[in-house]
Amino acid sequence: MSLTLSLHTLPDVPIEADVICTDKLNNVNEAALSALTIFHGKEQVMLGDFFKVQGKYDGEIRIEGDLSRIKHLGAGMSGGRIIISGNVGAHLGAGMSGGEIIVEGNAGDWIASEMIGGRVIVKGNAGHMVGGAYRGSPVGMQGGEIIIHGNARNETGNAMRHGLIVVGGNSEDFTGVSMLAGTIIVLGEMGIRSGAGMKRAPSFPCIRQKCFRHSPMLAPIILLMCESISHILKSTDYKLMMHS
Amino acid sequence: MKINSTEIIDTFAEAFKMYGSRAIITAETKQWAMAAAQSMTGFATSVIGCKCEAGIEQELPADKTLDKRPGVSVLLFAMDIEGIGKRLMERIGQCVMTCPTTACYNGLTSDNTVAVGGQLRYFGDGYQISKVLGNHHLWRIPVMDGEFLVEESFGVQDAVGGGNLLILGKDQKTTLRAANAATKAMREIPGIILPFPNGVVRSGSKIGSKYKSLIASTNDAYCPTLRGAAATSLVPSTSNCVLEIVIDGLNIDAVEEAMRVGMQAAAKPGIKQITAGNYGGNLGQFHLHLHKIINSN
Repeated sequence: MSLTLSLHTLPDVPIEADVICTDKLNNVNEAALSALTIFHGKEQVMLGDFFKVQGKYDGEIRIEGDLSRIKHLGAGMSGGRIIISGNVGAHLGAGMSGGEIIVEGNAGDWIASEMIGGRVIVKGNAGHMVGGAYRGSPVGMQGGEIIIHGNARNETGNAMRHGLIVVGGNSEDFTGVSMLAGTIIVLGEMGIRSGAGMKRAPSFPCIRQKCFRHSPMLAPIILLMCESISHILKSTDYKLMMHS
Repeated sequence: MKINSTEIIDTFAEAFKMYGSRAIITAETKQWAMAAAQSMTGFATSVIGCKCEAGIEQELPADKTLDKRPGVSVLLFAMDIEGIGKRLMERIGQCVMTCPTTACYNGLTSDNTVAVGGQLRYFGDGYQISKVLGNHHLWRIPVMDGEFLVEESFGVQDAVGGGNLLILGKDQKTTLRAANAATKAMREIPGIILPFPNGVVRSGSKIGSKYKSLIASTNDAYCPTLRGAAATSLVPSTSNCVLEIVIDGLNIDAVEEAMRVGMQAAAKPGIKQITAGNYGGNLGQFHLHLHKIINSN
C-alpha cells in the first residue's frame, strides 16, 4: 500500500511542508510520520496536526485535500512519485532532481523552480514563475520536464538553462525571460515581452500553436517537439487539439 | 544438398568482425530522403577501397521516424570505431546535410558512440543551437533552406562483414535473374545491407596477386573464361557465369537469415550451384556454413 496523506484541518496560514518528499520518508512508520515537524506560519507543528497518515512509503505518496496553502511539497526530491489529487501551493518540487509529481488540480507559484531533473505534470493551471530562478539567482530550470495542461502566469521559465516546459493553454507576460537555453512550448497565446533578455536570440524557442503549421523552414525540430510533447501528454491522458 | 535443381556446396562463407552504425535520414518527401541516402551510401562497396561499407537498410514510413516524416535507414560498417566516426561525419556532412529538407538521427542504441553532430555543428559558425528533447541531443545547424537537424552522437556496435554467396548459373541472363531474386528477398531482412551495386558483385577477388603492389586480384578460380587457364578452376563446365552477393549485418543471425532466404530465392532453373567464398577459415572470425544455415530453418 502506498503512503496516503489526507489534509484534515485547513491551515490558517501557509504550511511549509518540505518534509513531504519521497527522499525523506523511506522506512518511516505512521507514528513517526505523524510526528514529523512542519511549519505552520512561524510555528513548529507536527504533520499529524494537519494530515491523516495512512500506509507506508513504497515509492509513491498520494496527498488528498485542498493543499493550496501547503508549500514546498516534494521540494528537492530525487526519485519516486507524488500524486496530488487537488490543488497545491507554491514551490511544489522546487529544486527537484528526479521522480515525478502529478497534480490533478491547479498549482501555485514557483513550481519546480530551479529544477534539475524529473517531471512535474499539472492538469489544471499553474501560477507565476513556473520553473523559474529565485530572485538573485542567475540560473533557473536546468533539466527535466514541466507539463502544464492549462494556463501558466508570468515569467514561465525565467532564466531557464535546460529542459522542457510545455503549456497547453496560454502563458502570460515575460515567458522565457532571461532564458539561456532549453525549450518552452506554448500551445495557446503568450503575453507581452516573451523572451525578453534572452542570451541566444536566434534560438528563440517559445513556440506558439500557429508555428506548428506555418514553419516549414524549421520542420524537423518543430515536428520533433510535437512528437516529444505528444508522447509526454499521451502518457498523462491529456487530449491535445494541436492543429485545430 | 540440393534446393530444387541447384546444388548447395558444402562449404562456408568466411566473415569478419566489423563495427556497424545506423543513420536515420528523414526529409520532406520519401524521394529527398532517398536521394540523401543514395548519396551517402555511394562509393561504399568495399572497406578495402572505400574505407567503409554502407547501404540502404530499408525505407521508413512517416509514422516510424522520430520527426514523423518519411525516412530511410542507412547502415554503415567499418573496421574500427574511430573509422565509423570519421566516415559518418564525412558522409552525413557531404551527402545528408547538403540535401534539401533532410534531418539525420542515430538509429542504434549502444554504449559506444561517436560524435557526428557534435563535429558537424561547427559548420554553423557559431549560429548552431543545441537542443535536448527526451533522450535525444540534437544540433540545429542553420542552412539555406532552414535548419539541418543532426544528432550529437551515433551508436556503434560489433557487426559482421563479408557474409557472401556465389551463384553459378548456365549463362549471364539466368544468373543475373537469380541474383536479382536473391537480393530482393535478402533486402527484406532487417539489420543487413548488400553494399555492392544493386547488391551484386561480379569482380570477386582473391587475396594476393602476381604483382607485388596489389593485395588482391581477380578470383580466377571463379572466372568462367579461365576454366582452362587458371591453376584451379571451380567453375563446372555447365556454368558460364558467377555472381556474388556480399552481406554486412549488425549481427550474425541477420546475416545468416539473409543468406538463407537468398539461397532459397536464387535456386532457380539454370542455376547449377550456390557456394560461398572463404580463405581456408584462417582469416575471418565467423564461418557461415551453407548447409547448416539451410537446415537451421
